[in-house]
Amino acid sequence: MDALVLLAPLAPAAAAVLAAATGWRRVSALGTAVAALAIGISGAVLAPAVAGGPRYALGGLLRADSLSAMLLIVIGAVGALASFAGVNYLDAQIAAGRTGPRRARLYGTLVPGFLSAMVVAVLAANIGVMWAAVEATTVITAFLVGHRGQRSALAAAWKYVVICSVGIALALLGTVLLYFAAEQAGVPPGQALDLDTLLAHAGGLDPAVTRLAAGLLLIGYGAKAGLVPFHTWLADAHSQAPSPVSALMSGVLLAVGFSALLRLAPVLAPAAGAGYLRTGLLVLGLATVAVAALLLTVQADLKRMLAYSSMENMGLIAIAASVGSRLAVAALLLHVLAHGLGKTVLFLAAGTLQESHESTAISAIRAVLARSRLIGISFAVGIAVVVAVPPFAMFASEVAIARSLADARLGWVLAVAGVFVLIAFAALVSRTVGMLLGAPDAGAPAIAVPRSVAVVLVVGVLACLALGVTAGPLAGVIEQAAALVGGS
Amino acid sequence: MTNLLAGSLLVIALLIVWRRELRAIVVLLGVQGAVLAALPIAYGAASGEPELIAVGAAMLVLRAWLLPAILARVVAADRAARRETAPLVGTAGSLLACAVLIVLAFAVSRPVIELRPDDAAVRAVPAAVAVLLIAVFTMAARRQALSQAVGFLMLDNAITAAAFLLAGGIPLIVELGASLDVLFAMLVLGVLATRMRRVFGDTDLHRLQELRD
Repeated sequence: MDALVLLAPLAPAAAAVLAAATGWRRVSALGTAVAALAIGISGAVLAPAVAGGPRYALGGLLRADSLSAMLLIVIGAVGALASFAGVNYLDAQIAAGRTGPRRARLYGTLVPGFLSAMVVAVLAANIGVMWAAVEATTVITAFLVGHRGQRSALAAAWKYVVICSVGIALALLGTVLLYFAAEQAGVPPGQALDLDTLLAHAGGLDPAVTRLAAGLLLIGYGAKAGLVPFHTWLADAHSQAPSPVSALMSGVLLAVGFSALLRLAPVLAPAAGAGYLRTGLLVLGLATVAVAALLLTVQADLKRMLAYSSMENMGLIAIAASVGSRLAVAALLLHVLAHGLGKTVLFLAAGTLQESHESTAISAIRAVLARSRLIGISFAVGIAVVVAVPPFAMFASEVAIARSLADARLGWVLAVAGVFVLIAFAALVSRTVGMLLGAPDAGAPAIAVPRSVAVVLVVGVLACLALGVTAGPLAGVIEQAAALVGGS
Repeated sequence: MTNLLAGSLLVIALLIVWRRELRAIVVLLGVQGAVLAALPIAYGAASGEPELIAVGAAMLVLRAWLLPAILARVVAADRAARRETAPLVGTAGSLLACAVLIVLAFAVSRPVIELRPDDAAVRAVPAAVAVLLIAVFTMAARRQALSQAVGFLMLDNAITAAAFLLAGGIPLIVELGASLDVLFAMLVLGVLATRMRRVFGDTDLHRLQELRD
């Protein structure tokens, strides 16, 4: 069983080594998809095993609990879809002369490396190691964002590295302050960053220093999760990255960044005061939802529109985390998985549209349904998922978040957030209708769907539907993970 | 000794704000890295801990030589970027802002000092926090891409200094991970700056804002 904890980060690392050694080959590309599946399976198998308590590997450096198991499942699901779609996506790029063998090798190496770093981030037993892994995701994905190599992609990559690194540097200072507070509370220096030790001593930390640390951690990891005020990199990076990478960044990386805060919340809350953390998350979450919704209303670019929708959902997730009840955290985790799957479908469909139109301008894309049934339907389903239309799972999660807000007597938050969610809904749906419906012009380009992308779109849509009908065996792990974070 | 070193870090940060010649700034960053490395070496020598001296030696290589050398290479290749000609905030305004930031640094560090008031190292923490705030300010106030890389490196120096002053350094594995991340981040920024120059002809960030809403 403990070997499974080790398998999750090692499988993608092995795929990265394979791709680095052999270059962009079918076997190395498929290797990444298989590694991603291995991550998901290890999460699924670990889920019941860690229900009783965390399991460790690598001399206690890695630690799996229900929250890590749930996140492994999300990373595995989105990772497998995105990397399998990447197989023919990159082939098509090479065939079109947009990418050469050297860049393809880099892509093949960095994608599994990125998966591996995310896995380490959710499995780290030491909050310093967790920090290093989250920062590593930035460094690894920088060249993926800039992969297409033209002006806008390089500018986006630069902005991404600079803003995320600064944000995450603040989180390191927060981590150091927490270390200092733990040492002062009598924790031996060697263990003062261990999650279990910190949890055991959480009540004894100095309140003032812990508050300072909590503020820095909130803003720092918030930057990685796309929360205001360090959100400005998000739309640039997510829109400029190759589509499978956009899916990974929007679908899981944001959630992995946020999960650092979920991990730290039970450490910080006793000393800093539950209200302190709650207010911080609430303010950041509401501001994020508001900014994202307003930017959605003026959006003229397809991929940026999807990126701002991710930001809106991260804001909702922060609001759910601020409530912090078991119901809210469970809803948040379901939201993360459903959003990850929906966004993957959306970014892959959008990527296909981008390649065939050689543009991401919403005004350039018309009558998609009439030209490609597959792309049209999967895009429509994806939008239905992320705007939380029933029967999709995000409807259930948003209703649960709303109920938990009402339970916590935060009706005004519900009202304010509801207005912005409606604005975002209108903006997304009206643009989607404009792109999908209508009769095609005579000169409209044909929409060519690479085969592996087509497979992933079908599987992704089916997965969204299935998750909408029932969370099935996932309900157990979601509840256990929620119990770890949420108090009551 | 600790106060002297922490104070020097702050003075160097102010010199970096004052200068506009990027090559001079990179040299100053190297000096700042050396002063930073002197912290664990001085600690180690005083308490007789060889590991601390080893950590200091590694920091000396990384922060006084390797990281500035990466920056220096990019600066040397880029004629246009050698001088920050039109920053968003002028020199006088920047130094004034730094004065405000230093006061702010003392204010926000108060709870930390109150927790261990008789420790000279902890009392020097505000200097490191001030360097951090000045670094963030530099990144916001300048236009050349490389000036932002300078700010990022200074920010990282500040956090490493804070870690040493607060806790005599963080556990080795975290320190190692953090240092590797910074090294790779600088390499990535170096490569990106080179590519940007090839594609745009310069690295003035305000001229490459086509990604807007």
